[in-house]
Amino acid sequence: MKKDKFKIANQILESRLIVGTGKYKNFKETAMAVKASGASMVTVAVRRVNITDKKKPLLMDYLDPRKIKYLPNTAGCFSSSEALRTLRLAREMGGWKTVKLEVLGDKKTLLPDMIETIKSTKVLVKEGFKVLVYCTDDPLLAKRLEDLGASAIMPLASPIGSGLGIQNKINISLIIKQSKVPVIIDAGIGTASDATIAMEMGCDGVLINSAIAKAKNPILMAQSFKNAVISGRQSYLSGRMKKNFFGSPSSPIKGII
Amino acid sequence: MAKIQLNGKKITINQKVSLFDLLKKYKLDKKKVAIELNGSIISKSRYKKKLIKNDDKIEIVHFIGGG
Repeated sequence: MKKDKFKIANQILESRLIVGTGKYKNFKETAMAVKASGASMVTVAVRRVNITDKKKPLLMDYLDPRKIKYLPNTAGCFSSSEALRTLRLAREMGGWKTVKLEVLGDKKTLLPDMIETIKSTKVLVKEGFKVLVYCTDDPLLAKRLEDLGASAIMPLASPIGSGLGIQNKINISLIIKQSKVPVIIDAGIGTASDATIAMEMGCDGVLINSAIAKAKNPILMAQSFKNAVISGRQSYLSGRMKKNFFGSPSSPIKGII
Repeated sequence: MAKIQLNGKKITINQKVSLFDLLKKYKLDKKKVAIELNGSIISKSRYKKKLIKNDDKIEIVHFIGGG
């Protein structure tokens, strides 16, 4: 069998699990959870340096960007101009060209503003960014993003941090079927089995933050997600059995005494 | 003295101070930050040459944990 490779924007990732680095108790816990998850890519946010506290620890001191790929995001941006500003700063910081675009439209649901998202994708692709785009689970909009040059489509399972799992399997399946770029489920995964379901459906990867960070034991949950994603992928590649309406005996009928 | 706004805070610094000096003052590693001066991103190679003027608005950002 050909080796099963996960490739985004010409970069091969060892793991199909991408993890967020927010919401942890401290950087030490973040680093331990990332390690346990086996992820080779992590999302990070761009924020102001704290100028009043010079001794504040830095994320980079705990997660070495030379060892683990940083995927800068635009979390908290509610307009195209804010998102573009954030990602241009991220690129200046260390040459990051592979980025996650996320333009939110509503503070309560944190659902993406697809008009601003499409606008930003156009500009970023033109500027040479490799853009992974957080989006709604609308197949038509996902196609539009792919046509504009998005490097990956990242539809939500359900709202960010909700833990509700995949709410519209039909739409996600349609997106998987039509996409030639990787489809990564982003947002809304609540527990390991949700990730397995996404992978069994044929998603190329999943991005998890809250489900790990907000578990009672984040390190163990990170490990659980690692296994869940591997398991789901293997199951997808294996090709599941057909569903039947009636029972089918597992032991031969012939030779019954 | 020059009055500037740094990361939303009003501060006063000496005249003829460069962005490079400003990073040094706050013990920041230039490899770990990006700087925006009056809305434009300044490339790292220009930090030494770029002198801060009165009324400048400076933003220094870095990466933090995020989803």
